[in-house]
Amino acid sequence: MANIQVQKLTKSFGDNLAVSEIDLAISNGSFVVLLGPTGAGKTTLLRLISGLERPDSGRVFIDDTDCSGQTPAERNVAMVFQQYSLYPHMSVRENLAFPLKSRMLSVTESEINQKIETIAQTLRIDHKLSNKSTELSGGEMQRVAIGRALVRNPNIYLMDEPLSSLDAKLRSELRVELTRIQRDIGGTFLYVTHDQIEAMTMATHIGVLEKGKLIQFGTPKEVYDDPSSVSVAARLGQPRINILDASVFPGSPKKAKLIGFRPEQLELGGGGLDTFVKRVERLGDQTRLHLSLGELSIVTVTDPHTDLKAGDSLSVKPKDPFFFDSDGKRI
Amino acid sequence: MAEIEIKNLRKEFDEFVAVENSTFKVEDGEFFMLLGPSGCGKTTTLRMMAGLELPTSGQVLINGEDVSFKRARDRDIAFVFQMYALYPHLNVRQNLEYPLRSQGNPASLIHEKVAEVSNILKISHLLSSPVGRLSGGDRQRVALGRAIVRDPSAFFMDEPLGALDAEFREEMAEELRALHDRMGATTIYVTHDQLEAMQMGDKIVVMNHGVIEQFGAPQEIYDWPATKFVADFIGFPAMNFLPLGHHKVSVGNTFVAYKDYQIDVPASLEEFDGSLDVGVRPEHIRLSREPGGIPATVVASEYLGTTQIVSVEIDQAILKSRVSSIEEYSVGSSINLIFDYRSISLFDHLSGRALQSEGNREVLACG
Repeated sequence: MANIQVQKLTKSFGDNLAVSEIDLAISNGSFVVLLGPTGAGKTTLLRLISGLERPDSGRVFIDDTDCSGQTPAERNVAMVFQQYSLYPHMSVRENLAFPLKSRMLSVTESEINQKIETIAQTLRIDHKLSNKSTELSGGEMQRVAIGRALVRNPNIYLMDEPLSSLDAKLRSELRVELTRIQRDIGGTFLYVTHDQIEAMTMATHIGVLEKGKLIQFGTPKEVYDDPSSVSVAARLGQPRINILDASVFPGSPKKAKLIGFRPEQLELGGGGLDTFVKRVERLGDQTRLHLSLGELSIVTVTDPHTDLKAGDSLSVKPKDPFFFDSDGKRI
Repeated sequence: MAEIEIKNLRKEFDEFVAVENSTFKVEDGEFFMLLGPSGCGKTTTLRMMAGLELPTSGQVLINGEDVSFKRARDRDIAFVFQMYALYPHLNVRQNLEYPLRSQGNPASLIHEKVAEVSNILKISHLLSSPVGRLSGGDRQRVALGRAIVRDPSAFFMDEPLGALDAEFREEMAEELRALHDRMGATTIYVTHDQLEAMQMGDKIVVMNHGVIEQFGAPQEIYDWPATKFVADFIGFPAMNFLPLGHHKVSVGNTFVAYKDYQIDVPASLEEFDGSLDVGVRPEHIRLSREPGGIPATVVASEYLGTTQIVSVEIDQAILKSRVSSIEEYSVGSSINLIFDYRSISLFDHLSGRALQSEGNREVLACG
């Protein structure tokens, strides 16, 4: 386990600036999730930290040791990828044992077995240890891949979208499990995803990346409640935050170019601007209203059993909205 | 215009019964969802409705006419598949024109129709692009466009958004629904994604193992599932089940017993004597620090912005509660659970069937 520090890390591929002057501190025992759309630089940043990629400039420190020139093995990092790269000819047990069999480590056979049993129990694959890895379901394979990282005792666990190839149900189970495992072993996790639910539910800290830059870093609550820019605000929240021209609602600050309010940040039927209901979507636990405000569209959520129907009129007023300037920065 | 009815529809593939005995009716202009896990028979049902598969027995009626053994092309319907089967060597315009050309329409009409459809789908600027260079969403729009240009009386869609990533799927789902609202054509839509079904559908048929588990409006199915399968399949997180073990229920009972605790429920309309489960939705479990309620231990919490999902353990069961994220619930702490009695369902543990109560009687009566 270790503290990781990244200083002014930059990496280009040809003309494409993948990672641009990123500073990031990951403290021991934290679960940091890098969130961003495809091409934001998340995976490149992860690979730079792992040592799989060399930066153009900048440094990586592990517990105050500059390891910028070190190989992944020297950095002692464990990685889990989206594709569960298991050895198909080996059993689950052999796959889990493999990282421990390295001559550099000299772990005894009984230690290996004990480690494997513990990890397999944690991941609930202990009944599958003698199966061939090809005889497993997708979810089980991914658990073995995660297990292969966990049997070691690395400085940091690096995970690149490890759940994205699994179905929704399994993903939600493994989200809870990964969080529990991370807390139990007290490991430092750096986890890349484009799935905001994974980021919000698992992270102790979220780093939001966009076009190679780290645009906000904080706890999920800080990032959700207090976004620094319009693009961060739009990255979290389902349904998405409403972003409109600030002049639409009266009382916006002078410098404000845009107003943003999440679907739940809207007061309904208590005065304000008149809208009409375009569509009512009943999702069971909540009902979404698609509203028309002139040419503009607004999405809000309301009581599941609302009587409102398409064509009804409804007054709306934002509650504690966010304002952004012409550069998209929060005011 | 199409009203589609299926009656006692059955399909066997050798030994395997894909669809057991389905009966339901799709009203004209409805957006109708066939929902279920893979292998449940939803695609086979759709294919029989479309005429791509012949039923083993039963009937398909379109506007009252028995079309069970008519070919797909004689049914005036259009198909949209998961993989946007476009002609790769043709550009967008040629792909859109193809169905009209093969019908032998005059060039002026073809031109007019393609212009109209590409305008609706906002792909007018792409008409001369080769389809190979389009994004996934634009390809799906072209595939839709190809179905729309013919003005069919009904659309049949088999997981049309399945290949898109989550964020984009949501956007396309909205687009599709808006398109339907504008055109009003009857749409039959197959999906395994419950959220997609809830979000877009006017009516949902939930299938499992070739059998229709429930049929109704999304909110009805969500509030009052007919079976445990439906309760588990619809909603996220799914409905919680608390097993009570052997339990007797009499007509008029307004509570059941869990160990020493009493759980209030809507008045029962039937007698029951057997293994019983209580079903409760996550948002209907309140977490209280005051005395009262069923004691439990917090085992996990997942922050979701305005709300959070708190997992709690009682005995061996894990229940999930959706509550406001203002309160913090630390792992390991003790909490008391209070269920909203108005929304509770009771299930026969063995068959999975929901017991009739004052709560669900209207919904289950029409199912």
